[in-house]
This record gives sequence, structure tokens and C-alpha cells, in this order.
Amino acid sequence: MLTALVFAPTAVALLLFALPRRTTSSVFRIIWVAVSAVELALVVAIWAGYEAGGGMQYEERARWIPGAGVGYHVGVDGLSLPLLALSCLLFLACALYSLRERRRVREFAALFLFLETTCLGLFAALDLILFFVFFDLSIVAMYFVIAGWGHRQAARAALKFFLYTFVGSLALLLGFIGLYLAASPHTFDMVELTRQNPLAGRSVYGGLVLLAVAVGLAVKTPTVPFHTWLPPAHVEAPAAGSAILAGVLLKMGTYGFLRIAMPMLSDAWRRYALVLVVVGVVSVLHGALVALAQTDFKRMVAYTSVNHMGYIVLALGAAAATADSSEQARSLAVTGAVTQMVSHGLLTGALFLLAGVLYERGRTYDMGAYSGLAATAPAFAAMTGVAAFASLGLPGFSGFIAEFQIFTGSLGPRPVATALSVLGILLTAGLFLRALRQVFTGPLRLPDAPGTPRVFPDIRAHETLAVVPLLVLAVVLGVAPRFLLDVIEPASRSVLELLAR
Amino acid sequence: MNEMNENPLDLLPEVLLAASAVLGLLLGSWLPRARQWLVGLLAAVACAAGIVAASVAAAQPATTAFGEAFAVDPVTSTSRVVVLGGTLLVLGISFRPLRGDARESEFYVLVQLAALGALMMAGTQDLLLFAAAYLLASIPAYTLAGFRKDGPGTEAALKYYVAGALLGVLMLAGITVLYATGRATGYPMLGDAFRDAPGALLAVGAIGLLSGVLFKAGGVPAHFWVPDAVQGSSPPVAALLTSIPKIGALAALFRLGDVVFADSTLPWPALVAVLAAASMTLGNLGAFFQQDVKRLLAYSTISQVGYLLMPVAVAGRADLAQQALLYYLAAYTVTNLGAFAVVCALPRADSLDDYRGLAKERPLLATSLVVCLLGLVGTPPTAVFLGKLEVFGAAFDGGYAWLAVVAAVNTVASLFYYLRWIVPTVSGSGSESLADGDRAARVVAYVAAAVSLGLGIGGGPVLDVLTGPITH
Repeated sequence: MLTALVFAPTAVALLLFALPRRTTSSVFRIIWVAVSAVELALVVAIWAGYEAGGGMQYEERARWIPGAGVGYHVGVDGLSLPLLALSCLLFLACALYSLRERRRVREFAALFLFLETTCLGLFAALDLILFFVFFDLSIVAMYFVIAGWGHRQAARAALKFFLYTFVGSLALLLGFIGLYLAASPHTFDMVELTRQNPLAGRSVYGGLVLLAVAVGLAVKTPTVPFHTWLPPAHVEAPAAGSAILAGVLLKMGTYGFLRIAMPMLSDAWRRYALVLVVVGVVSVLHGALVALAQTDFKRMVAYTSVNHMGYIVLALGAAAATADSSEQARSLAVTGAVTQMVSHGLLTGALFLLAGVLYERGRTYDMGAYSGLAATAPAFAAMTGVAAFASLGLPGFSGFIAEFQIFTGSLGPRPVATALSVLGILLTAGLFLRALRQVFTGPLRLPDAPGTPRVFPDIRAHETLAVVPLLVLAVVLGVAPRFLLDVIEPASRSVLELLAR
Repeated sequence: MNEMNENPLDLLPEVLLAASAVLGLLLGSWLPRARQWLVGLLAAVACAAGIVAASVAAAQPATTAFGEAFAVDPVTSTSRVVVLGGTLLVLGISFRPLRGDARESEFYVLVQLAALGALMMAGTQDLLLFAAAYLLASIPAYTLAGFRKDGPGTEAALKYYVAGALLGVLMLAGITVLYATGRATGYPMLGDAFRDAPGALLAVGAIGLLSGVLFKAGGVPAHFWVPDAVQGSSPPVAALLTSIPKIGALAALFRLGDVVFADSTLPWPALVAVLAAASMTLGNLGAFFQQDVKRLLAYSTISQVGYLLMPVAVAGRADLAQQALLYYLAAYTVTNLGAFAVVCALPRADSLDDYRGLAKERPLLATSLVVCLLGLVGTPPTAVFLGKLEVFGAAFDGGYAWLAVVAAVNTVASLFYYLRWIVPTVSGSGSESLADGDRAARVVAYVAAAVSLGLGIGGGPVLDVLTGPITH
């Protein structure tokens, strides 16, 4: 079932190329949307059959490259299931949003379907090499999305994105090889490595492996100081690409911390957790401050991603402090981190799609060029407002649940760091309110460059279909989060048990 | 010493190739020009039969032939399959451009002799046979480099020849010194003798020997002929020069490291590790701003030798070393030949800019190129990725973690210039230099890309085959 979920999009992507050259592009769009919807249905079915607290489920194993200790092994638990569901939802949203895409639709659809496989595969993978394969392929696919369908500076941004994340992936690979060689018998199987905990008590070796793995994942997350690839990549990518990049691809880094670094390198993680706490706080504050200084709407949203990912890193670092803090608090921090991944995926995905709407109408992201849009496009303004308020962590939205858990869980073990990062909320509140005021209130003004349309039509049906479900889910999670937390909590407790070994 | 084993059937793949070369030479003198392609067909049949024979031999336990001068073990068997398979691909891409050429059959004969030399290098266990194999691998290759008889070709052949002659003489001198030091030429006996041989003498001999092997492999510091020879010769020959002799040379070097120098007084692993690091780094630096695709691939091949030298450095110290080297050799050969096949398929596209819009004109060919180039980078799930994984693992395991880190950094650097080729390929609209093309080479490119992917995804059984013990 899981294998079908992972590989079905790629299979369909290949089928798209088998269709005759003269097929009209609407056929591709319909297939794309249909496949994404089926994927979402599949993941809902998996969720329905998932037994909360039952550990790893839907496991599938196959011999792949036994000579190198590599096997095909997938499964879901409380950490991966929410992210799988998030990926399927976001990919469907992007498919709907791109119904108006005109440039090389066949390739665009195929690339996104392939990208969906890599994302789902990564979250389902239980073998380090399988994880790495999907990690790298996601970079390749995203590179082509940015380079092929991005804005003017896309080639440069894509190259920068590729080089940075590829460097990270190689550091990750070295770390994986370190883990592989430490285990006996040599294996890349995550479940086996987690059970063995091969680097326990080997401080230097463990530290080096953690360094390699952490650098690799930090680039992808991204945290300060490895975040510089993110703003250009986000700004130059097409709207759907940005939404996936921020909504799903960034989660690969934080997911890797939870899935690989914490359970498999628990000794080293506990020893160096303070570094992560510091990196987390710096990312929170730096991301928020730099976002505050932006005039470009999309770039601003991009920097808030650095800020939001910082909360996750902070929580994961704080959870490692075993002394003088209750088990419950730390569990709360880890659960908050996973909830934040889901919440950030929904909200940033929505915000980037809305930024795409803005660009499609006005041909610029510069907030100074717009004013008073609420008058001509009330629905668009309302959605952006909801997304912005949710993103800054207002109660009633998913962001609040996540951040509340993170702060409550981290305050005990790391009071100073947590107090500092609460400031981040204040800053993001300020910058979102300022952006809303500038773009939506005041007298109506539209960018006046040659070639831009003179009217600003309100949000269209397909755009509504893409954005509204994300926002609705964010509200549902904010009001009634139990169904998600029930899945995450047992998994985060087991991560902490592994960490405490 | 066991009794002399002189069963020529142990050398069946080599014998087939030699017989087909001789027969081809005779046939070539009698056949009319329009029928000379039969010689190429004969060569292809010989290669295919050789692959079958080598696979059959690989299933049997390791043995030696001709008084321990030639080993038939997993290293030899794999090299045979890879060399012969690579030769088949080279024959495929040279079929069209040479059709009706005045010296068509000579070309095929020379290709077969060069491949035969590589095969002998891979399997030899004796320094004298090694010297003979070196000459057999080199001389046809010199001729092939200048086969077109034009300016760049002559320059290529001349540079290649002068470098080869110089380094070959150094190598012979090194072999003489090693013979004087160890009082034998057979590897196993030398290995015993070198355990307590005078270090200085051993070092002089080993460095002399290395110069010849590195020349064949195209590794630093004997790499300076590579860019000119590759750029100057015709694309099929360039494809051959950057793959076939390397296989023999690296297999030979692995054997030398494992059997002869592993326990010697010489710091052999450190020496090879430094050469590996230098080779990958200098190759990458040279490739950065190349505009000519053949020259870019030439520098890329220098850097790939660096990765291939990593398992050689840890030969005998890491369990993974042998399978890592053999797998990487196979993966590299097919991927590199795939890239060259694309170059051959577009005879009028020389520079990176000429590839602009290839994805639009010929999507399948562009896909093959992207697969092969990303394969050379080592992106999963291509074969070279698995090779790199093995090679890095072997280096770690053998205590050369720094080398693995250097290699990882180099991999990132290499990404830059491969992307310089990929970017124009997938963007823009087609130029006229992409208009015509060579269909046979296109097919070879598709096949190579597919094999590269298939070997990466289904590498499990292949790796299992490569782990048998080497003859000592």
C-alpha cells in the first residue's frame, strides 16, 4: 500500500510521456489533479487504518542491494504519517493552483508527480540509503522546477539551491556511511540502527557523525548560517514550486533530525544539544528580523520560514536536556515540533500560493507597489489575512497550538533561549500586520509597469480550491487538534525514550 | 610452486579477441570497401562471445594460468566483462562515422588490440607480462589517436605517444629495480620479498612502476596528455581512450596494492591516497571553465580516476575495497561511454552552447545525457552513486576518512561543471548544430543511460558477484 502510494505518481508521470505529442494540455492537467486526489484519498485511507500508538505500521521490506547493506524498507509511524498527509494535500493544492499554467504543461505535471514520489518516499523510508536517494532526487526535481518555470533570475537561484543542498546531502551521506560502518553487521536499515544505537559511548566518532548529519539536515531545514540559498530559491520559483519547497522540502531537514539524528545518535545529540538550541534561537530571531526588513512580499514569507523552522530546532534541542525537567514537558516540545511542521506546511504553502496570485495580477512582489487591494479583491484579502494571522500564531489556528507546545515544553529546560525566541512571535506579528496594512488598506494603487493589467481581479475558482482547504485545515487543527496529536504523541514519547538511553 | 598450468582455454576471452583481430586484418585485405563493416561485426561477435566466456569462467573458482603469470579471479573476470562490454559500446558509436572509410577494418583491429592490452593488464600477475601488456595497450591507442590524420589528431597522437614512451621507459626502469630488489617478477613472490626489502630501492622501483600505470589510467601526475589527446582525436577514439585502458590499469594497480605492496616497507596506501586526492582535485579544477565538451569530459575523467584510486589505496585493508573498485569501474565505464555516445550522436555540436535546446529537439537523447552527467556526479539512483557509496565506505573503513571527505567536496565541485552542460541542454530552443545526427550512437546513448540506471537500481546481485577472493 505504501509502495503504491510512493510510486504511483512517478508511474503516471511516465505515462504522460507515452501520450501522443498532440494531446491537449488540459488532459495533462486533469490527469495531474486526478492522481493527486487519488494520492490524498490513499493517505486518508492509511490514516484511517493507522492505529495510534501502535509503533511502525504498514511496513514493507524487500531485498535491494544486500551486498552493500541496503534494503528497500518503508513504513509509517506517528512522525511520518502527518507529513505524508501534508505532502499529499499540498501536492493536490499545487495541482489545482496550476490549472492555469500554460508553459510546457506535460513536463510541469510530470515533474511535480515525480517530486511527489520523492517527498512521500523520503517520509516513508526506513533505510538510510533509500532516504538519501529520495533526498537527492527531490533536489534534482526541484532544480528543474525552479530553472524551468521560475522568474527572471531563476537559473542562478536554481544553481545556488542545487549546490547548497547538494553539499548538504553529501555531508549527510558521509554521516550515513559513518553510521553504517559503526553498526555490526554493517547495515543502513534505520530500525536496526535505532535498535543497535551503534555509536553509544563513542564520543569522538559519534560527534563527527552527528556533525556530518546535522550539517546536511541544517542546510535543508534551513537554519542560520546555512539559510542563504532559501530566499532566492523561493522568490524565483513558480508559486507551486515555492509552496512545495517551503511546505514539504524544508520538513525533510527537521524530519531527519527527529527520525535519524535523535534516535540513532542519542549520546552525541544529548551532548551537543545546546548548540542546536543556540542555532534555533538565532534562526528564530535572525529570520524574523530580516523578514521585517523586506519590501518584497515573497521574500518576506521566505524569511519567516527560517524563523518558523528555528522554533522546531529549538524544541528538538531543548528536548535533549534530561536533567531537571519533566518527561512530559520534553514530550510536549517534540510533539509541538511535529505539529509545527504540519502547521507551517499548510500556512506557508497557502501564503506562497497567495503570493503567486499577487504576482500573476501585478507582475511584482514589491509590497510598495500595491495599496488598498481589499476594495477590489475582498476574498483574496480575506484569505491572505487569515493565512498571515494563522502564521503569526494567533490562538484558534494551528500555528498557535504548535508554538504553544514548543514554548511550554522548552521553557523548563531552556528558559533563557525560550524567552528570547518568544520575541520572534512579536516580530512576525509586526511584519505581517505591516504587510497587510500596506497591501490591502488605504487608497487603491496597482503597479504601473508596462504590460501589467489595469484591473486586479479577485481570486479565481481554481485558486480558491487550492488555498481554502489549507486554511480550513489550519483552523480545524487550531480548534480541534486532538486527532493529530493522538497520532504524534506516542511517537514523540518513543523518540524521547530512545534519546534517553 | 604448483605444476605449470598452460591451458589456453583459461584465456578464452583474450584468445577470442586476438584471433578476431588477426582474422579481421586478413579479411580486411580481401573484402571490398563496401563490405568492410563485416570486420566490425566480427569484432562485436568476438566481444560478445568473450563476455559469455568470461561469465562462465567467473562462475568457477579462482585459478591461475601459465605458471601464475595470469590470474583468473573476480578482478580479472569483472575487468573482462567491463572491457569487452565497453568495447562493444565503442564499436557501436564508431560504426557510422567509419562506414566506408578507407581504413575501416584497420580501425576495428586496433580497437580490439587496445582492448586486448587492457585485458592482459587486468589479469597479469607478473611484472614482465605486465610490461608486455602495457605496450600492447598503448601502441594501438597511439595510432588510434592520430587516426584522422588531421592537425589536432596528429598533435593528439604525438603528445600521447611522447608521454607514453617517456613514462613507459620509466616504468621499465622501475620494473628492473623491483626485479633487482625482490629477485622475482611474479607478484606473490615479490609480495613475500618486499616484506623486508630496503625502503629506498623499493620506493624508486614503485614510483617508476606507478608512472606507467598512472599514464594508462590518466591519473595525476601522468595526466597531462589526456585533454589534448581526447580533444584532438575523433569522438569514438576519445571515448575509448577515457575508458578502456583505465579499466586495465586500475585493476592492475589494485592487484599490485593488494598482493605486492600491502605488507611492504613502503607507505603505499598513503602514496596512492595522495595521488587520488590530487587527481580528483586537479581534474575538477581543470574542468571548471571548459567550453569544449570533449575537453570537459577529458578533465572529468581525470577526476574520476581520483575516485577510482580510493579503493586502490585501501586495497587489503578494507573489506569493501575490491567490490567498490570493480563496481565503480563498471559504473564509470558505462556512464562515461554514454556521455561520449551523446557527443558522437551530435557530430556538429562541439561546445556547451551548441547543446542549447537539446531537450526540445531530442528529448530522449537529452534525458540520456542528463542521466549520464548526473550519473558522473553520483546522483542516485544511477550506478555511479552506488559506486561512490561503496568507495566512500571503503575509504572510511580503511582509515582514510579524510580522503572520503575530500572526495565528497570534490563531488560538489564537479557538480558545477556538469551543470554547466545540463543547463543549456534543458533550456532554450534548438540550434541548427543539433539538426542531423548519428542514429547508431543515439541508440548506444540510450542503452548506456538505461544500463547506468539499471545497474544503480539493481546493483545488489552485481555487488554479490564481485566479492570473491583475489588470487595471492
